[in-house]
Amino acid sequence: MANVTKLHINGTVYTIDADPQESLLFVLRDQLDLTGSKYGCGEGQCGACTVLIDGNPRHSCITRVGAVANRKITTVEGLEEHGRLHPVQEAFLAEGAMQCAYCTPGMIITATALLKSNPHPTAQQVTEYMQGNVCRCGAYPRIVASVLRAASATHGGTVKEAS
Amino acid sequence: MSDKLTLQTPPAVEIERYELGERPAYHFEMQRRDFFKALGAGLLVACVLKDAFAFQESGGGRRRFMGEEALPREISAWLHIGENGVVTSYTGKVEIGQNIRTSLSQAVAEELRFPIERIEMVMGDTKLTPFDMGTFGSRTTPTMNLQLRRVASAARDALVEMAAKQWNASAQQLVAADGRITDPATKRTVEYAELVRGQQLTALIPAEDPLEPATEWKVEGQPIAKVNGRDYVTGKHKYPADQKLPGMLIGKVLRPPSFGATLVSVNAPDAAVMSEVTFVHDGDFVGVAAPSEEAATRALKGIRAEWKEQTGQPSSKTIYEYLKNNPAPTGGEFGEHTSKYEVGSVESGMSSSDHRLQQTYTVAYIAHTPLEPRAALAQWSSDSVTVWTGTQRPFGVRSQLAQTFHLPEEKVRVLMPDMGSGYGGKHTGECAIEAARLARAANRPVKLLWTREEEFTWAYFRPVGVMEASAGIRNDGTITAWEFHNYNSGGSGIRTMYEVPNQRIVFHPTEYPLRQGSYRALAATANHFARESFMDELAHEVKMDPLEFRMKNLKDERLRSVFEAAAKRFGWGQTKQPGHGFGMGGGFEKGGNVATFAEVAVDRASGEVRVARVVCAFECGAIVNPDGLRNQIEGGNIMGIGGALFEAIEFANGKILNPHLAQYRVPRFKDVPQIETVLLDRRDIPSAGAGESPLMGMAPAIGNAIFDATGIRLRAMPMVPDGLKAN
Repeated sequence: MANVTKLHINGTVYTIDADPQESLLFVLRDQLDLTGSKYGCGEGQCGACTVLIDGNPRHSCITRVGAVANRKITTVEGLEEHGRLHPVQEAFLAEGAMQCAYCTPGMIITATALLKSNPHPTAQQVTEYMQGNVCRCGAYPRIVASVLRAASATHGGTVKEAS
Repeated sequence: MSDKLTLQTPPAVEIERYELGERPAYHFEMQRRDFFKALGAGLLVACVLKDAFAFQESGGGRRRFMGEEALPREISAWLHIGENGVVTSYTGKVEIGQNIRTSLSQAVAEELRFPIERIEMVMGDTKLTPFDMGTFGSRTTPTMNLQLRRVASAARDALVEMAAKQWNASAQQLVAADGRITDPATKRTVEYAELVRGQQLTALIPAEDPLEPATEWKVEGQPIAKVNGRDYVTGKHKYPADQKLPGMLIGKVLRPPSFGATLVSVNAPDAAVMSEVTFVHDGDFVGVAAPSEEAATRALKGIRAEWKEQTGQPSSKTIYEYLKNNPAPTGGEFGEHTSKYEVGSVESGMSSSDHRLQQTYTVAYIAHTPLEPRAALAQWSSDSVTVWTGTQRPFGVRSQLAQTFHLPEEKVRVLMPDMGSGYGGKHTGECAIEAARLARAANRPVKLLWTREEEFTWAYFRPVGVMEASAGIRNDGTITAWEFHNYNSGGSGIRTMYEVPNQRIVFHPTEYPLRQGSYRALAATANHFARESFMDELAHEVKMDPLEFRMKNLKDERLRSVFEAAAKRFGWGQTKQPGHGFGMGGGFEKGGNVATFAEVAVDRASGEVRVARVVCAFECGAIVNPDGLRNQIEGGNIMGIGGALFEAIEFANGKILNPHLAQYRVPRFKDVPQIETVLLDRRDIPSAGAGESPLMGMAPAIGNAIFDATGIRLRAMPMVPDGLKAN
């Protein structure tokens, strides 16, 4: 199988040279210096590497780059637009929803996906949806509050689609 | 009064034995001249630790401006006010999620009267910052916060004096605020940056300089948000694992199949795999460096090695028996053998009691599981090495690198970018050493990221322990005798805070099979679990309410206050839902007083135990940042739930059996209860650290609540790794 040479990330086409079997996470981090997506476990158990593939949250650590060559990828670096933070990013700052913040990009990406499919979730729904994301520092209550805050901050109940 | 002093002083028995592996030594490599060359002109103020100041002092008052000579070596922190309007502050402490970059910036902003957003904090860089033992033991707030305040306060005084001289005015009439000095009489005003333009001034101050009282605080005491929060929510912040250099290779290390295994033979990967790969075999160290993660992984898989494994190692099933049967040899690693605290006569206290009770409690090995595993990027330049790595002890890692590579310490530079947490788990430099070894062989920079499995296996663990408690009590609830033994897990928090005339408290070092070390709150969690669970058992023995029983035996006002505040907010004594139980646990450690109340819900059919609600009251003196403090208390309690209910490292034959997040359960969203924090702000008491002690009350509060709900007493942490079994 031929190497992957192009990826569509955050609205930009990036030129790469990667074996299709390579992990998307390491291509993002090592080849493209998009280090906002983090390695936490390498087996899809912690959510620190979460990116959006065509708007759906996926663990980039266990996603082969060959599988996403023609898909739209959104990383945490793609949420800010013209210097304006995404409402979820704003909400995390407002709630102080982080300590070491290593989990934060994955949390924020997952939360944007949730709000896109469910613009006004209950706290219980946030908890269910984000169960796959680990915050070892234990900022969970603040993260839930951030997602609820972002939901109520967006007009008409829709969060602008990232990327 | 004397009782209170005894209680609030660190216990005589034993403090953090697993953290104090290194004697203090001070290093200060920059000469004054170099400093201004690097930073530009301005005013430099440094905080000098005790003795060193004596010989620097020469009749110029307590503070003094210096000439061309070198700076003293014994400096804890310094601050530079640049002619460009930037204030840069230097400390050897590191940011690991406890938010000290913010709280220390508050300290500088407070005393310097300078906008916090224009303060840059340089932390944990062994070339640029003063020596520091490490960021552990909740020492940053009680020590570094004070020292930076002193430095900033001295800088402000110096600036006021400079303005007074320039304007031929009295210093007393000038006002420093918002980065400028103003004379209210003449309305003249000047920015700090303007005052120091073209100057190269150095001021030294003693570490004991007096300070403004906390009651006057304007910036400290405020819920200031994380200073560089935006970098985190946008993914811009570069953690140790995110560092990069041109020409950098990715490293991988071949791990032995089990602890204690020795290498018998090893063959490099085939030539096909070896193009562009550096292969290193040095003693028992085997590793590779390659241009990509993929290539390095392939090369590692191509290595053929034969190991000789050790047999007969203890397992997680036999460990508690092992600890009791294997005392550490006297004069070993930590010198003194058993450490003991004894007062009165336990025997006579027992004989004058109406009830006697004895119980044994255990805590398992648990893993810190920082979400960012160990990471290091190493680069050599002829005979010196620079390493970016995640550690709580950059200067300790520098020493380890210097020793390993037979270098003088000035040839080693360690930088610590704010990292993905530690919880006491990143005191050591193994990853930095491995990256440096590979980089030297490759003659190129090498980055090494430990996998989650490596972090679970080759880091170190919170010590396993056995605690034995026995007591005598009278029918009225008075404790007459108290005996407490801790095997291996450690001495912090081992002393009881309750009033007992006859006590014997002993810490027993033992042999231990797995590498163990510091952990957030360390042994205080184990000792509080045992003590506060046992207090609950004693209360039930004499049919007293557990809160009333504690209060009867507790004099310390600070501790009484947190128990009272938490009980009130929690609604202790209110009606419970069926299947629910209430419990409490609390204590004093590292300057913090904590009382945690928990409500658990137990489903007897499924065995599921859920912590429904937690109220945690905390008092650590004057609060520096109430929002940061709440964040630490919430996080500490959530982390505490993991160790209390389900976290445990399983091991046998020198192998970790659950080295994956799919197997080692950490608290997730669904495990999180409703948490309420109650902060008691004591502006009359110096601030203590709060990253650790809020965690201590959680496990006993949960255990006592489970007993309240079910009548089942659980004495082993974790308490319900597989749910609550009927018995």
